Amino acid sequence: MLDILLPILIFSALALAAIGAVRRIRLWRQGRPSPVPVIRGLAAVPRRYLVDLHHVVARDKVMSSTHVATAGGFVAAMALAIVVHGLGLAEGVLGWLLLAASATMFVGSLFVARRRINPPARLSKGPWMRLPKSLMAFSLGIFVATLPAVGVLPPDAGGWLVAVLLAAAVAWGLAELVFGMTWGGPMKHAFAGALHLAFHRRAERFSTAAGPGRRSTGLKALDLDDAEAPLGVETPADFTWNQLLGFDACVQCGRCEAVCPAFAAGQPLNPKKLVQDMVVGMAGGSDAAYAGSPYPGKAVGEHAGDPHGPIVAREGTALVDAETLWSCTTCRACVEECPMMIEHVDAIVDMRRFLTLEHGNTPNKGAEVLDNLIATDNPGGFDPGSRLHWAADLELPLMAERGEAQVLLWLGDGVFDMRNQRTLRALVKVLRAAGVDFAVLGNEERDSGDVARRLGDEATFQSLARRNIATLAQYRFDRIVTCDPHSFHVLANEYGELGGNYEVSHHSTYINELLEAGWLSLKASRLGRVTYHDPCYLGRYNGEYAAPRAVLDALGVERVEMARSGYRSRCCGGGGGAPITDIPGKQRIPDMRMNDVSETGADLVAVGCPQCTAMLEGVVAEDRAVVKDIAELVADALDESAPAKDRRRVTEEEAA
Amino acid sequence: MPHETTKNAAGALDVAVLVSIGRHPVTGRTRRADQDARAVEAALALDHARVQLIHAGHHETDSEAALRGYLGMGFEALTLIEQAGDADVLPALTDALREAPPRLLLCGTRAETGEGSGLLPYLLAESLGWPIVTGLAEIERVEPEHVTLLQALPRGQRRRLRLRLPAVITVDEAAPAPRQSAFGPARRGALAVSEQASRPDTALADWTLEPARPRPKRLKVVKAASARDRFKAAAAKAEGGGGQVLTDATPEQGAEAIFKLLHEEGVLRR
Repeated sequence: MLDILLPILIFSALALAAIGAVRRIRLWRQGRPSPVPVIRGLAAVPRRYLVDLHHVVARDKVMSSTHVATAGGFVAAMALAIVVHGLGLAEGVLGWLLLAASATMFVGSLFVARRRINPPARLSKGPWMRLPKSLMAFSLGIFVATLPAVGVLPPDAGGWLVAVLLAAAVAWGLAELVFGMTWGGPMKHAFAGALHLAFHRRAERFSTAAGPGRRSTGLKALDLDDAEAPLGVETPADFTWNQLLGFDACVQCGRCEAVCPAFAAGQPLNPKKLVQDMVVGMAGGSDAAYAGSPYPGKAVGEHAGDPHGPIVAREGTALVDAETLWSCTTCRACVEECPMMIEHVDAIVDMRRFLTLEHGNTPNKGAEVLDNLIATDNPGGFDPGSRLHWAADLELPLMAERGEAQVLLWLGDGVFDMRNQRTLRALVKVLRAAGVDFAVLGNEERDSGDVARRLGDEATFQSLARRNIATLAQYRFDRIVTCDPHSFHVLANEYGELGGNYEVSHHSTYINELLEAGWLSLKASRLGRVTYHDPCYLGRYNGEYAAPRAVLDALGVERVEMARSGYRSRCCGGGGGAPITDIPGKQRIPDMRMNDVSETGADLVAVGCPQCTAMLEGVVAEDRAVVKDIAELVADALDESAPAKDRRRVTEEEAA
Repeated sequence: MPHETTKNAAGALDVAVLVSIGRHPVTGRTRRADQDARAVEAALALDHARVQLIHAGHHETDSEAALRGYLGMGFEALTLIEQAGDADVLPALTDALREAPPRLLLCGTRAETGEGSGLLPYLLAESLGWPIVTGLAEIERVEPEHVTLLQALPRGQRRRLRLRLPAVITVDEAAPAPRQSAFGPARRGALAVSEQASRPDTALADWTLEPARPRPKRLKVVKAASARDRFKAAAAKAEGGGGQVLTDATPEQGAEAIFKLLHEEGVLRR
């Protein structure tokens, strides 16, 4: 009887899956167009899955092996089941292979089941709790049903009752695992995830046969010349179709939730819930069925939306509240952790763009900061003619007078901040000690546009960027060095789309090069235990984790690492305009970060970013570690008795 | 425009807001003028109002960006009464307002560019024959023939006034801060040109204009021994020490007293 039932079950499941796939694809295609190479994308899926995605998944060894056994077992078992049971070709080795595949899958499903006993808070419950049972039903059902096919059991062993039970188990498994993939069950992540890998909006992230993928962290520019182009995202259908596809790929593992600083601080943001809300909006309906952690302080079931309705209502509630979007610090911890390669930060900034550019609703100090940027080219509203007042006694060489220099020192808006002025003075001292040929733009420099862009004001960003690019185009320099990772990121990764391509280095990178080249001589350090806080915009955005540590090691300090450091570094809370929009939570992000510091027992935390300095130094606590920029540490350790080296003089002598 | 769509169009109050080109105090870049933007905000805060923005003046690229700043507060159009560079906008504005009189006219107290004398609202009210109230804090209630409002007085005091419509109300820093100007509506909004004859400002032609010089401020010497005294001195009312109240004085006596004071203060020189 099974040999009649199984083919019917298998092929009807496949047919239903095909129908579901068409429906699901239609949901994604509600989004705006985004051209992708279809064939090349599909062809790249195996590599992107096995190399890039696995690289992220493998950070959790147990879950990674579980997934390999379960998913690999299932794919093999399903393919073989179609041949063996669907087409009735059990000859030779095929049946045995099917037995092996379903057994592997069963072992994997036991680990999935173990995971679901007291699951961590970050995992979604609801339908996900039944998934291990479905996996077991399918793998066991197929295993037992295959035994007669390979001749281990007689063809009609167990009689009709066993046959019906087996058919029921296989049917359950097929429902969850085959057409559940396209009709919206937990297995949807497999179908949408595979296509998301194929049609990802940032294909350059993935490795190819030629080499590893590039970090792709710059936001994509809005076309402001086209008056018809939408300014950001108002409705779910305003996302590009492959962004919608990306949301649908979410497997609700909650790794993003676990690393999100805003979520930990009790601000009303949970990246996982946000992505699920976009899925709700894409299909239309309410978030009542969501079975994971809610946005802190916001009950589930009160928000609803549809593909063409607003995501954020001007008044009342819609799909998401504005404060959820403004809680994000754009630290990219979620993107770094996401095994499905979802781009949360892109989506959040897209929605912020609409709120700022169309609603005119940037919260708290946002509007004031944007007005200042428009009127004075700096967020504080200071006189742009006073950018160099802090350096009145330093006689900094100006690009306007020199015309060229090896290094263009980009100072950033920290010039108006007395704390950061100390860092800048230290950096100038270091550069002079090394005899670096550098010059500054002085009053010709403007805000890089970082804050305006993260606050959604793409128009002000582009205005600042274009004027900065025009200024930079007048001068000749080998590279830009800056002590502000935000300026670094924008200059290096976001000006390119507007026509400005530069080689940019963070000052820690540059100082490390000077040390390695022997241009700086340092005294033995008297610093004790030091830890290093990775700025998001230097680390996750630009992949520079090594140079600051190398500089600290060259200083001879006892370097200790925080539990969350490197690519898992916790944000200081200062990115993305978060201190400006200032969405209230239960605790402050920098307080949590300084707790991380004190857990290491370090007396000093080295930083490399004016935002991080301000945020961490603003923490009031007993015995708080001292916050110092890398440049300050190096400047303090300079051996001034060593003969000064002047690179310019050397090159001139060589020329002579 | 969004602010025209009211639930009860028949009972909607016609409000006109005069907007001018502002100038940022630090960089001198054109922008929406702060007080005028507050006047727009006050108009937008009204229920059942049809709000119209009017600008009279010389039109340039620079000033267009500033005017679009007002459109960005949520308007589809702004009425632009184009004038020559040397024009006196008062007659043109008077004519335009006579042709289509609003029930309520709002504007900033003083412009950030041009003469900035702060006289325009008074001259307009005079030529239209409407009452004028300065220093609006809040419009509390609008009736068909009257408006009830709070007027801001020094040191946070408020005075409730009931005013017959039509009327002119001027707005200064006491009114709520204006909403953010959004790029999208600012870019889409239309500048609807309204034709009015441009009459040259003959008085202005005779004036000599020169950049303002910062004038020395009178030092307020506080001799205080304790923090409490210093606080009291800082929080004290500005005392009109040496002032003089004239009652039942003839115009000649009044003029004499003012003339004497102006001499004493060095405003008029012999």
